[in-house]
Amino acid sequence: MSTTATLSPTQAVTVPRAQRAHRPRLPGQKPFGPLRVTAFVILALLAIGWLLPFLWAVATAFKTETDAASGDPSWIGASGITGDAFTAILSQGNVYVWAWNSLITSIAITVITVAISAGAAYAFSRLDFRGRRWLFFVIIASIVVPPQVLIIPLFYEMLAFNMIDTHWGLILPQVVAPAMVFILKRFFDAVPIELEDAARVDGASRFRIFWSIVLPLSRPILASVAIFVFIGAWNNFLWPFLVINDTTLMTLPVGLQTVISAYGVQYAQVMAQAVLAALPLIIVFIIFQKQIVKGVATSGFGGQ
Amino acid sequence: MTTTASTRAVVTGRKSSTPLRRPGFQRREQLVSWAFLAPFLIAFALFLAWPIVHGIYLSFTDQSLTGAGGGLVGFANYAEALGDPVMWQSMWNTVWFTLLSTVPLVAIALLMAALVDRGLPGQWLWRLSFFMPYLLASTVISQIWVWIFNPQIGAANNILKALGLEPLAWLQNPDTNMLSIVIATIWWTVGFNFLLYLAAMQNIPSQQYEAASLDGASAWRQFWSITLPQLGPATVLILILQILASLKLFDQAYQMLGGVASDTTRSIVQYIYEAGFVNYRFGYSAAISYVFFALIIIVGVAQALVTRRKKEL
Repeated sequence: MSTTATLSPTQAVTVPRAQRAHRPRLPGQKPFGPLRVTAFVILALLAIGWLLPFLWAVATAFKTETDAASGDPSWIGASGITGDAFTAILSQGNVYVWAWNSLITSIAITVITVAISAGAAYAFSRLDFRGRRWLFFVIIASIVVPPQVLIIPLFYEMLAFNMIDTHWGLILPQVVAPAMVFILKRFFDAVPIELEDAARVDGASRFRIFWSIVLPLSRPILASVAIFVFIGAWNNFLWPFLVINDTTLMTLPVGLQTVISAYGVQYAQVMAQAVLAALPLIIVFIIFQKQIVKGVATSGFGGQ
Repeated sequence: MTTTASTRAVVTGRKSSTPLRRPGFQRREQLVSWAFLAPFLIAFALFLAWPIVHGIYLSFTDQSLTGAGGGLVGFANYAEALGDPVMWQSMWNTVWFTLLSTVPLVAIALLMAALVDRGLPGQWLWRLSFFMPYLLASTVISQIWVWIFNPQIGAANNILKALGLEPLAWLQNPDTNMLSIVIATIWWTVGFNFLLYLAAMQNIPSQQYEAASLDGASAWRQFWSITLPQLGPATVLILILQILASLKLFDQAYQMLGGVASDTTRSIVQYIYEAGFVNYRFGYSAAISYVFFALIIIVGVAQALVTRRKKEL
């Protein structure tokens, strides 16, 4: 992976650091110097430590219930490898329903959040209207409000709207993301205004400009915000837990939580369930690793 | 609602953020602005602004989930909260969890990022291992760690036994249950801070390292003299984000104990939940919410003061 940089001054200037995955190895730095080997060993130990809990879960999921409950720490149970736990989980049907509910509600939250935040951010960045400054201040200030503080009045509101035990009741309170407005506004501020002015000279409306110039230029930041919102929505627990009681409407995190006690001490099944629930996001992460890493870092920093 | 070609001549060569003096244009610009803002503002008003205001009102009533009550009771809920030992215990548990979790979550993330940034082979594997847990739902990590902390068959006690140490009851012992939650949380969320640190390190120009290495500075020296000093702003931000995140403890603490309230792990958010949705006391729950909000504001103000000081220096 590492590139050996030849130290010409021009090259040092033309290759911005942020575009590289990591620091290049320096001239005179041995590929396997003692320090690099030490660093590698520490890194490998940390990685093993971080992977182990998950690997244990996978190993247990492939054991028979008897082996799983025996406390035998070996990777493969005495009765060998079996997919029984997975078959048992998948035959129950609820897992599919919950995964589907998680998927559609998370997509809805992501699409609505990105759409309404982008519109507002554009207005704050480019348009001139009365009350712009104080309105922006109010929205930025609201970033500090923890969603947990609002569960009581929000629940009350959802009762009034008749949205308890509906997906809209789950989705709507999650679409307000002032931090995302802030991030997008900062990005729009940096888009050269000349492009838009040229389009306006040609008679394009604000909406046209927004739709066909600004949004296409903002694809990376929109993806970054969308990834961030999606992960949050997919894993959100407290609000879906409060607002949904109907088993068939539950999201994956809430649904799985209800069956822990039902399974009692069937560890293989519990672990199979955990592995199944973890799998979609892990696969997505492996495929889109670069974008996700970048997206999380961008939104994480901008959304303070 | 669309601006037509009539604006054409007016805007040529001007920054569109400059207010334009023509009344017709201005009115249209106002309308267009509100059209862009409306969807967000409606959602903001309905699901953030109004709940904040209504929550304050509820905190002064004896409203219950069942619909009974609802009369104003003045400051009774707040007075009760401030005299409620369970509230103070939950507040302390929350602060204790924040103290225990924040330092390792920042320090380990820094170590991970510093090592990965050295460009050792296997980049995707390091990222995957450190960040993957962050992608898991609280339910999943709770199930995995409940099993690891199982006193009879769990891996945690197997390790202790292998090291020749006494096995622990982990989650079942009030002395160790918070520690168990802290360990699981570090594993779960350190990847987020790791990515933030990695991004911050990648913004340090590589010329600085090249120059230092020409001068014969060791990698260790480079880390202390180049990397670390430039991570100051990132560290402040990561620290504050982490403190705010830790103060919101609920999901994993609640689920790892199977929803059972434990005096040593009940966080303030869990107490808000219990007061509202277990004891059905919406008014009291709202009051505790605002006590918690006050704590968050205090942290926010402290952060603002610290960062401002830094800038002045």
